[in-house]
Amino acid sequence: MNFDDTPQEAEFRAKAKAWISANAPRQYEEELKQSSLGRAVLKGANFLDVAKAWQKKKADAGWACLHWPKDYGGRGASPIERVIWQQEEGAFGKLSFAFIIGHGMCGPTMMAYASEEHKRRYLPPLAAGEEIWCQLFSEPAGGSDVAGLRTRAEKRGDDWVINGQKIWTSGAHYSDYGILLTRTDPAVPKHKGLTMFFLSMKSPGIEIRPIKQANGNSDFNEVYFTDVKIPDSQRLGAVNDGWNVSLTTLMNERMSIGAGIATGFPELFEFCSNLMLEEGPAIEDRGVRARLAYWAVRASGLKYTNMRAISALSRGERPGPENSIGKLVAGSMIQDISAYALDLQGAAGVLSGSENAEAAGKFQAMLLRAPGTRIEGGTDEIMRNIIAERVLGLPGDIRVDKDIPFNQIPTKGRS
Amino acid sequence: MNFDFSDEQKQLRDTARKFLAEKCPPKAVRAVIEGSAPYDRELWKGLAEMGFLGVAIPESYGGTGAGHLELCVIAEEMGRALAPVPFSSTVYLAAEALLIAGSEAQKQKWLPLIASGEAIGTLALFEGRGNPSPQSIKLAASNGALDGTKKPVPDAAIADFAVVAARTGSSGRDTDISLFLVDMKADGVAAKALGNIDPSHGQAEIVFKNCKAEPLGSAGEGWSIVAQVLDRAAVLLAFEQVGGADRALEMGRDYALDRIAFGRPIGSFQAIKHMLADMYVSATLARSNCYYGAWALSTNAGELPEAAAAARISATQAFQHCAKNNIQVHGGMGFTWEFDCHLYYRRANATALSLGSLSYWEDALIDRMRKRNAA
Repeated sequence: MNFDDTPQEAEFRAKAKAWISANAPRQYEEELKQSSLGRAVLKGANFLDVAKAWQKKKADAGWACLHWPKDYGGRGASPIERVIWQQEEGAFGKLSFAFIIGHGMCGPTMMAYASEEHKRRYLPPLAAGEEIWCQLFSEPAGGSDVAGLRTRAEKRGDDWVINGQKIWTSGAHYSDYGILLTRTDPAVPKHKGLTMFFLSMKSPGIEIRPIKQANGNSDFNEVYFTDVKIPDSQRLGAVNDGWNVSLTTLMNERMSIGAGIATGFPELFEFCSNLMLEEGPAIEDRGVRARLAYWAVRASGLKYTNMRAISALSRGERPGPENSIGKLVAGSMIQDISAYALDLQGAAGVLSGSENAEAAGKFQAMLLRAPGTRIEGGTDEIMRNIIAERVLGLPGDIRVDKDIPFNQIPTKGRS
Repeated sequence: MNFDFSDEQKQLRDTARKFLAEKCPPKAVRAVIEGSAPYDRELWKGLAEMGFLGVAIPESYGGTGAGHLELCVIAEEMGRALAPVPFSSTVYLAAEALLIAGSEAQKQKWLPLIASGEAIGTLALFEGRGNPSPQSIKLAASNGALDGTKKPVPDAAIADFAVVAARTGSSGRDTDISLFLVDMKADGVAAKALGNIDPSHGQAEIVFKNCKAEPLGSAGEGWSIVAQVLDRAAVLLAFEQVGGADRALEMGRDYALDRIAFGRPIGSFQAIKHMLADMYVSATLARSNCYYGAWALSTNAGELPEAAAAARISATQAFQHCAKNNIQVHGGMGFTWEFDCHLYYRRANATALSLGSLSYWEDALIDRMRKRNAA
């Protein structure tokens, strides 16, 4: 049991470190480090411009999408090398925010299902951050139940014509392309009538509207499709086989081992270390300590669970199922920690904003953003189902709509 | 990086699991709980023959000298099987105290007897209610003789020797405490078994009356030795807790797959699935914290105090969580004497208190994290 690199890993780490230290945009390092929760904002610079420049620089030197084949803009690196890169990239990795979906989900789907010509055309600029991709799956009628989606694709000649609405699309407003899951046959059971495409987000008939979230920000969009044309050559996988294609997309995402997940704990520990209560420093209060300890071992438990997965990669094995707990644990932690940080502030905890609130209002912002973290990318309940079914081997949910034609599934609860 | 046990250590785990499945089925645990013997002598003998009692004792003292990672592996299996033997008191507490502070003669005398299963040892620390602290130790030592009462002391009624924390000064500092080694057959020492929530392990009271005792370690260093022993034992006991948590989770999962209600396996209801998923989350977090504790223990790293506290807290939470919800998954049957669920529930709640309760370790963890941040 050790935390040491193998000689090959050490050599790779040294190379990565040297390149990063010579090339990273150091002027933004402090700001990126500070913005540990939610989306980073850079003063005096456009975040997306800085991010694209860094990504392009990495791609030119062979440090983008490390695990992709070289022919498609990657480096052909091993999974453990990808993790080492993330560790060394550190805060600069936050600049990859806008590329996560493209690199993690759209790219692998294209790799598995697009024609060779399309792969050579689209994957290198996706890797280099020159073209940004989004993923168009969720709909008002299909969130957790994504196979319940209703956006129609109908064949007219060599083209498909798309009508419908997507929702919760991250980055649609700055994306160049997207992968799109549609319904092509409503007369068969829901999983059997779906088809996947990719398309230009500049196609005529697409309208993008930002969603104003409960916290007042707009990180996501609604995307409306009115008679949008997609050539049949941009179909991914067979007609009506879109469900299987989408599983490739989602599976790829779950296989990636992150460099660590935000829990809010380091921020809370620092806050409590410096906070004076009437009775003395908060960190010396018995009640505060009990709460901190409870979250401390959850944060360290996640950290070392991640290390176990990385160790499996280092041995050339597939990581075990342990990593499926990360999002479930971290989501609730952020919500509970931020509420507790406000509690410690007493009546003044109600104040928000960087000027009047404690800790520049970071816990207030965290609290208002937190409900989304427990929903996006798989709700807490879906994550528990995944653990129960895939890790513990418990039976799947009974699905009353599984075998009936999609167009006969009830669409209203009380009527 | 290889933040995992080696293949040899995993083989040792398989060997220990197989051995315990055969020699320590729930029937054996029940035999002790139902009072026919204070501990399982046959099992104790078997553990000695397998070399498990001396796995972290150097060969020069009769052990196998394998090391503490190997001891962690065995501890997990002991917890999983609820082994009704004085393993934790003898191996985690008494042997560790001897290894840290024993004189050459003390080590030569007792460690080979521990490894061979001929001596049971324990640490007499507590004096009634409360958590470990130098202030709570009132038992007096003067001119090498002990006077006072210790309780609860794990396995004291069956112990051959005890390491005893005693007061040798009144300055109000940690250095007022010294350790002594007492042969339990000596004059002036009497142990009496006490009822406890987990009778698969004994708890006892020891009364010392002008009992002659030899010092263990230097005078005034007792508390610093106790603190080291507690940290090391915390990691090892945490592995027992993780083993128990995993087994409780498995029992709940298996029952949920077999039990039919409302025409379907109860494991198909989300209320049950989500309860089991949360148990898996607790057990996984605890296991990962324990691995870090094992690394710190085996390398004597400076991080050991913090790692031990985190492992201890996380494993205590996980075992309590899994043991109580295992009963919940079982429904009414889980509350019968006949089903084994209560054996895990008893052990989970008893181990949560030995070495100091959750609030003690929470306090310790925050202290240690502050120290690291200040450094």
